[in-house]
Amino acid sequence: MSDISASDRTYEAGMGDYFALLKPRVMSLVVFTALVGLLAAPVPVHPFIGFVAILCIAVGAGASGALNMWWDADIDARMKRTAGRPIPSGRVEPGEALGIGLALSGFATVLLALATNFLAAFLLAFTIFFYAVIYSMWLKRATPQNIVIGGAAGAFPPMIGWAVATGGVSIESVLMFALIFMWTPPHFWALALFVKSDYGNAGVPMLTETHGRDATRKHVLVYTLFLVPVAIWLGFTSIGGPFYMAVAVIMNAWFLKGAYDIWRRDDAACEADRHKVEIKVFKVSLYYLFAHFGALLVEAVLRLYGIGGWS
Amino acid sequence: MTLQVEHELHERRKGRNYGLGLILLSFIAIIFGLTVVKVLQLGDAAQFEKFDHVVRPQLIPQESASE
Repeated sequence: MSDISASDRTYEAGMGDYFALLKPRVMSLVVFTALVGLLAAPVPVHPFIGFVAILCIAVGAGASGALNMWWDADIDARMKRTAGRPIPSGRVEPGEALGIGLALSGFATVLLALATNFLAAFLLAFTIFFYAVIYSMWLKRATPQNIVIGGAAGAFPPMIGWAVATGGVSIESVLMFALIFMWTPPHFWALALFVKSDYGNAGVPMLTETHGRDATRKHVLVYTLFLVPVAIWLGFTSIGGPFYMAVAVIMNAWFLKGAYDIWRRDDAACEADRHKVEIKVFKVSLYYLFAHFGALLVEAVLRLYGIGGWS
Repeated sequence: MTLQVEHELHERRKGRNYGLGLILLSFIAIIFGLTVVKVLQLGDAAQFEKFDHVVRPQLIPQESASE
């Protein structure tokens, strides 16, 4: 009689399992870019309010990750890379992920509105909606361009950080958005070229599988060509400066060279050197984003001492 | 069947409950901190007292007090 239990589950989910729902690695990138957006803005923010704002943005991003895991549990279960996630591995119930995602979305948005302003909260709510509904529920299974449009969700955080400080949207924040937006496709497709994916088995259209690897190589180069002017233009705005420009010129030349190298190759060359170039370009793409936002941060610090920017 | 004060569920969910407790405490700290910062940002904190329903002699302007 004493052994009766309502559920036959033997595993009890711990805090770590729930935390894994929030996609901590994605969250760290969100925190970094949102922080740069906030600190690069010309309006100072009280440190505690800044801390709460970044926390809200991080939790909001995590909430959208939980909603994504709830919706995509069937796909995740069929792919090796994602089969160990909390829902497909059976550690967390789908309903729990949905509840956590919705609750955290609400808390993060309302708290951001109360702590800062309604525009920042609206942008956060829209980001969550974009990632959970537009990307996860609609585009991901519908088009091989999913990664392009879905990349917008990852591009919003610096814009939200900027809105936290200024209460508005400006050319600087739009360009920070555009930088991540244009960077996402070549970054992701460079990865797709060397990782043996099982997206096809899961029914997710990926450019490498729907249009072939040659088309993907061409896409990497074209999107990188569109990315370069965005990165350079950002250098001429009020948050840019000589330091940022020097970093941007070097990193864009490096990334462009990599994209060109990828475009020139074929499958035989890739197999011969085990995707050496693709792996290198993927790593360069990571340095690329970190270097640009790091340089914006350096410019912001230099401005505090009156030596940043073009003046 | 002996009466158990501590159900085994409590033991199983200990980490989770402590975690949730910590999150709730952090939430309280954040709301309290935000309140303090927002009130201090008003500039003159005495302005806040004007919303009280009790007469505060210290809020009466100096001119009228000297008459």
